[in-house]
Amino acid sequence: MDATVSFTLNGKNVSAETTGATLLVDLLRNHFGLTGAHVGCDTSQCGACVIHVDGVSVKSCTMLAAQADGCTVETIEGLAANGELHPVQQAFHEHHALQCGFCTPGMIMSAVDLLRRNPRPSEVEVRDWLEGNMCRCTGYHNIVKAVRAAAVAMGEEAS
Amino acid sequence: MSGDMGIGVSAPRTEDRRFITGRGRYVDDINLRTQQYAWFVRSPHPHAEVRGLDAADALKMPGVTAVLTGADMQADDIGSLPVAWGITSRDGSPAVEPAYPALATDRVRYVGNPVAVVVAETRTQARDAAEMVNVDYEELESVSSATAAMEEGAPLIHEGAPGNTCFDWEWLPAAMAPDARSNTDKAFDEAAHVVSLELVNNRLVPNAMEPRASLADFNPATGQLTLYTTSQNPHVNRLLLCTATLKMPEHKVRVVAPDVGGGFGSKIYHYAEELTVCWASRRLGVPVKWTAERSESFLADAQGRDHVTRVELALDAEAHFTGMRVDTVANLGGWLSAFGPAIPTVFYAPLLAGVYRTPNIYVTVKGVFTNTTPTDAYRGAGRPEACYAVERAVDEAAVQIGMDPAELRRRNFIQPDEFPYQSPVGQLYDSGDFEGCLNLARELNAYERFDERRRQSQARGKLRGRGMCFYIEACGAAPSQAAGQLGARAGLYEVATVRVHPSGSVQVLTGSHSHGQSHETTFAQIVAERLGIDFGNVEIVHGDTGEIPFGMGTYGSRSLAVGGTALYKALDKVEEKGRKIAAHLLEAEAADIEFTDGQFRVAGTDRAVSFGDVALAAYVPHNYPLQELEPGLEETAFFDPENFTFPSGCYICEVEVDQNTGQVELCDFVAADDFGNIINPMVVEGQVHGGLAQGIGQALLEHCLYTPEGQLLSGSYMDYCMPRADDLPNFVVATRCTPTPFNPLGVKGCGEAGAIGAPPAVINAVLGALRPLGVRHIDMPATPQAVWQAIEAARSGE
Repeated sequence: MDATVSFTLNGKNVSAETTGATLLVDLLRNHFGLTGAHVGCDTSQCGACVIHVDGVSVKSCTMLAAQADGCTVETIEGLAANGELHPVQQAFHEHHALQCGFCTPGMIMSAVDLLRRNPRPSEVEVRDWLEGNMCRCTGYHNIVKAVRAAAVAMGEEAS
Repeated sequence: MSGDMGIGVSAPRTEDRRFITGRGRYVDDINLRTQQYAWFVRSPHPHAEVRGLDAADALKMPGVTAVLTGADMQADDIGSLPVAWGITSRDGSPAVEPAYPALATDRVRYVGNPVAVVVAETRTQARDAAEMVNVDYEELESVSSATAAMEEGAPLIHEGAPGNTCFDWEWLPAAMAPDARSNTDKAFDEAAHVVSLELVNNRLVPNAMEPRASLADFNPATGQLTLYTTSQNPHVNRLLLCTATLKMPEHKVRVVAPDVGGGFGSKIYHYAEELTVCWASRRLGVPVKWTAERSESFLADAQGRDHVTRVELALDAEAHFTGMRVDTVANLGGWLSAFGPAIPTVFYAPLLAGVYRTPNIYVTVKGVFTNTTPTDAYRGAGRPEACYAVERAVDEAAVQIGMDPAELRRRNFIQPDEFPYQSPVGQLYDSGDFEGCLNLARELNAYERFDERRRQSQARGKLRGRGMCFYIEACGAAPSQAAGQLGARAGLYEVATVRVHPSGSVQVLTGSHSHGQSHETTFAQIVAERLGIDFGNVEIVHGDTGEIPFGMGTYGSRSLAVGGTALYKALDKVEEKGRKIAAHLLEAEAADIEFTDGQFRVAGTDRAVSFGDVALAAYVPHNYPLQELEPGLEETAFFDPENFTFPSGCYICEVEVDQNTGQVELCDFVAADDFGNIINPMVVEGQVHGGLAQGIGQALLEHCLYTPEGQLLSGSYMDYCMPRADDLPNFVVATRCTPTPFNPLGVKGCGEAGAIGAPPAVINAVLGALRPLGVRHIDMPATPQAVWQAIEAARSGE
């Protein structure tokens, strides 16, 4: 059951032939070569594949490519505008919120969505939101710190 | 001139940019034209005879190129997966090392044991076809626990291992042999107090977030094989591929471990899957790729821990430790992983003195085959098990004799003036300040105000407990000669090349491998500091046998102590040669040249040339002492340390327990570590955080569980409880520093500390909370269910 799927990907209109069973993460990785979204599990638990669809964070391993038809898709590769890091990316760098880097794209995309919904989350709120993103390296300490620092930086930027 | 990024600075990481922008390059991100995909047919049974295999239906499936079996492998003379460390039983016989074929030929011994591989044009086709391979299994009786496997009448897993015993080992290091046993028994006979505990160290799954993957590309025209694989040590894998399994000349094989998404030990080994894709690529003449699904990782990655231990501690009337006896049963799994026999023996027993002056220690360990996934090194590898035994026993002693656990520890500490300290279990401790760490941890914990906090918890209806742990561990494997005497079958040095470019920028080719450890930053800081050049002008190259000299890779917290020292020594050579070149340029004697801040200077004058000028002169040798010196500026050093390094530390944990639900909440976790000198404090803190999370995971959440027969129950993230952001507190971490004298940087190792020290600290805290209810014992993980059951059992007087 092949079908053409068309959507906006990091600001560009794209289309691709997919099978009915193709997962969005596989289309991004294998067809578009956007390998920033990672596959770390097979039960929709780890969150390494988180991207934004129509502005909302989703686990791209749990969505069929066909479901993205007509949507606006943003991946980690599209987050830094004109080479300038997003405040969440910058904060992850400054606060050593990543080690091996495998969970990082999903973690950042998830955090960006959190800050869109809740511009000044408490520590508990950050930990609660990131429950669907696993990291085995950092113990989350610096991730939480970075997300909260990014919130402050974005608040300053906006004011 | 090193700018602000020399040694001791929390430099933000060079490697971050690619990861935070999605430009990392992990194995599964690499694709080659014409590549095909492998999918493994794995045993669904813990123990079975393989009577036959029918691939006819699978071969008819669309896109299928081949179905290859263990028999095909045998026909191609592929060797079995090697054991890298030999252990000798106490009767002098070698450990039983059954041949472990990558694809089973006649018998499978754990669920997930590979039996065949399907190669197809797409991954989906390979997976679908794998389901059509008909394997005729005759199921056999099976057993998953090591203690059950030792019982009479237990199913026999390997013909050559009666009682399922791989080895029956005792530890008789030179410091105590041959009287270790009798002296220890005598200490117990004369003891004023004896503590005895039976402890289970729960089996864990390492769970690096990146699943293992391998992509093999054999070029039939050149005979060259390139393997991209998720490895912590690509040269070791190449060596084993070339000499033991695939049997190819080393110069024809290149192994690349690009960005690797965490390892924690699980990516050290030469696994069946990477061998199989290499062989399949060579046989079929196309690149072959395999990427594990997480479910496969649960079945096929080497697992950690799984000990049952009886530990006894003898004390005299003044509460001095006088003897310790440890008897451990270690579950090795269905076959031996590469270091499987070494982890519960030589990486375990030599740490059982802890930070204490216990004079007599006697250790026995039985290694047992079971129908489970093989076990091997996982973050800490033997030392967490040792630390848990010692620190649980010490805490129990404090309870039994009614003494403050900190005071009991203090009374038995090895003192700062006793270093280097020869422990009775064979380690020469380099340095430490245990009382200093204790005081630091107490201060950070506000130790004296615990009763106040306990009352506050009580007012909320919660039970508060505090637990303490002291760890000491051996990092920086290893002195190769000592390791060789203990059974190691490989050298354990490290290597670095410093390649200075004509314009003065520097590449370092290191045998250490970073899969999260931050070498691209910390190693560059060492170079910047030493050569006085800008941090941004240094690049660290690792992970590609086609680029780096023969190195041993990263495990056992060895990268800085061993790899960093190799780098340091290569920099010595660069500096020495630079001094000679500068002497020529400045028309002075080399002995009169000083090198500071990137300038070679004639001592006591303002005559100087910069490092960059010297580099240029080395490659454009128009004015150069060509009669005395070769042109160029590139130096290599190998470093084999004379001893391990011994980080140590004091951890204090506070928990609140809800006695109605059994829920344990971590309120406070303090870590006071001694890692010797520190290159990048921010990176070190990150390593500690990560280790603590894994140690806390072991203590409260994680458990790799099998049915008694060997079916894996915790085979996904739905069943295996990984620590998540909302399971953990913020950590309070601090360091003291006693530099090691055994390397010129004075550095120890920080990668595993947290995973070693956290479990006993947490469990001591949980028991501290529960003792008022009469609970005396709990095993890891202290899940709500386990805690609730312990409370109920105590209440009903069981």
